[in-house]
Amino acid sequence: MSQQTHQPLIEVHDLERTFDVRRRVEGRRRRVREQVRAVHDLTFAVQRGEMVGYIGPNGAGKSTTIKMLTGILVPTGGELRVAGLDPSRDRVELARRIGVVFGQRSTLWWDLPLIDSFELLQKMYRIPPSRYRENLDRFVEILDLGAQLDTPVRQLSLGQRMRGDITAALLHDPEVLYLDEPTIGLDVISKGRLREFLRSLNTERGTTLVLTTHDLQDIEALCERVIVIDHGTSVYDGTLAGLHAQGGSTRTLVVDLVDEAPPIDVPGADVRRVEGPRQWLSFPTDASAAPIVAAVASAYDVADLSIQEPDIEDVIRDLYSREA
Amino acid sequence: MADSAARHLRTYGQIAWLWIRAAWQYPTSFVMLAVGNGLITGLDFVGLWIMFTHLQDLGGFTLREVALLYGSSSLALGLADTVIGSVERIGTYVRTGRLDQMMTKPVPLLVQVCADQFTLRRLGRLTQASVVFGWACTGVDWTPLRVLVAVSMLVSGAMIFFGLFVGFACLQFWTQDTDQLANAFTYGGATITQYPLRIFPREIMVGLTFVVPVAFANWYPCLYLLGRDDPFGTPDAFQLASPLAAVLTVAAALLVWRSGVRHYTSTGS
Ligand SMILES: Nc1ncnc2c1ncn2[C@@H]1O[C@H](COP(=O)(O)OP(=O)(O)O)[C@@H](O)[C@H]1O
Ligand SMILES: [Mg+2]
Repeated sequence: MSQQTHQPLIEVHDLERTFDVRRRVEGRRRRVREQVRAVHDLTFAVQRGEMVGYIGPNGAGKSTTIKMLTGILVPTGGELRVAGLDPSRDRVELARRIGVVFGQRSTLWWDLPLIDSFELLQKMYRIPPSRYRENLDRFVEILDLGAQLDTPVRQLSLGQRMRGDITAALLHDPEVLYLDEPTIGLDVISKGRLREFLRSLNTERGTTLVLTTHDLQDIEALCERVIVIDHGTSVYDGTLAGLHAQGGSTRTLVVDLVDEAPPIDVPGADVRRVEGPRQWLSFPTDASAAPIVAAVASAYDVADLSIQEPDIEDVIRDLYSREA
Repeated sequence: MADSAARHLRTYGQIAWLWIRAAWQYPTSFVMLAVGNGLITGLDFVGLWIMFTHLQDLGGFTLREVALLYGSSSLALGLADTVIGSVERIGTYVRTGRLDQMMTKPVPLLVQVCADQFTLRRLGRLTQASVVFGWACTGVDWTPLRVLVAVSMLVSGAMIFFGLFVGFACLQFWTQDTDQLANAFTYGGATITQYPLRIFPREIMVGLTFVVPVAFANWYPCLYLLGRDDPFGTPDAFQLASPLAAVLTVAAALLVWRSGVRHYTSTGS
């Protein structure tokens, strides 16, 4: 048992998945077959209780990875273990222990009232009735679905449907929850509420979360750790803070001078922009701001100072462009 | 093994029941569907009956003997069609991503697909087929063994049609536009078996015995029930071989299904 706690919940080693696709090519009558490498040379491990952000641009291979982790797709190469099981071979057994939410595709039954979908899931997962009631009551309350239970799913708003889907994925107390683009299309308030809920799920129940998204605010709000994937393989795996450093990104010191002046000249920082008395200086993220601030303040008449943290979108864009 | 089979069967029943309950929210449309289905399939047999007002027999078979063939095949097809539910629409499930969703549930995929959107619209066909079959049974000279053969014929027939539906539906794992082709084989085979095979060329009989083995769903066991010699001179053993044919068909279908699932490529978003 103690061994089990040390073993990662998810282990991925040199994972690969290719697809044969037929493509129409200009000037040829028949479509040509070609291979798309959706995922390749992918290696990582996730411990129990982690919240991992799995990010990358469209077509990077995020969904393909999730489909292999859940056993939907059989890998074409490499190794893969989730909770000690081989997902595609032991798919039905594994299903009991995981929850999956695909943002764009509902798991709920379109024509049935929401509550019927939940009841169907209770039967499928054979959730003990008392546990089912307990979970249902709790999620319905937190996610505020009480008024929608008797509404057919097709009449729900996107946000309501997503909350329904999340409830559906959690009724059986999964050890890990995969969320593929869960906030896509949601309004700001729904997004905020959802993030808060996911955070509490992780702290209170220890549910492991793997979240794919291209909304970086999801990541900043939830994940300590990020895996960045591009063209099918991981280009960064580590803390969110480390990502900033890795990206070679810079922080910005915004200086409001009392009077207009030529570009400020201090060691360790470069002026990026001048607009009247306001100047923008950039310096490396891992350098300390204090000596730069001191140097500026001693040489110039400063009205105000502020420091801007790097935008993670820029960091990642930077990472991609260096990869390419 | 038997334990998990029983559990899956129970899950199937529970899911199916939920769908029936949901359909009852609109009882009139439910009844209309079932009655409509009964009327449409009823017309088949009326057609046969009208034909017999001009004919003494069809390939040496009387109306009541043809009714036995018709009733048993239609009953088996109706049973299979009810049980398989949405299997024939598997291509749609692939396209919409529904299949991905089902694959993340702890119930075998085939059980889920069969139970999904379960409907009793075939109740009409089943009722009509039962009436025809019941009437035809009054012409059989019953012995204990014949009762046994009759029961095994219905079960085996349903299994054979089930296997064919599932097996051909699997083509849609590879190409999603084959649902009509699949239906052509299964329903086509079923339609032919509503007549005595005797009236068709020998090649048809061979095809329906060894390729799409629907002849075992009614033709061979009915020959036994009617105490007739096989007009094609096929060995008598075939008349008792329906259960074997059924088990083989279902086993083959399940193998194709498994292979289809393992080759499933989902859809790109
Ligand atoms: N079922 C499939 N058949 C063919 N190509 C696919 C399939 N699924 C994904 N792909 C291709 O694999 C690549 C990765 O896709 P995907 O994993 O959906 O990316 P993401 O989720 O990161 O946007 C893309 O080029 C996509 O076109
Ligand atoms: Mg995706």
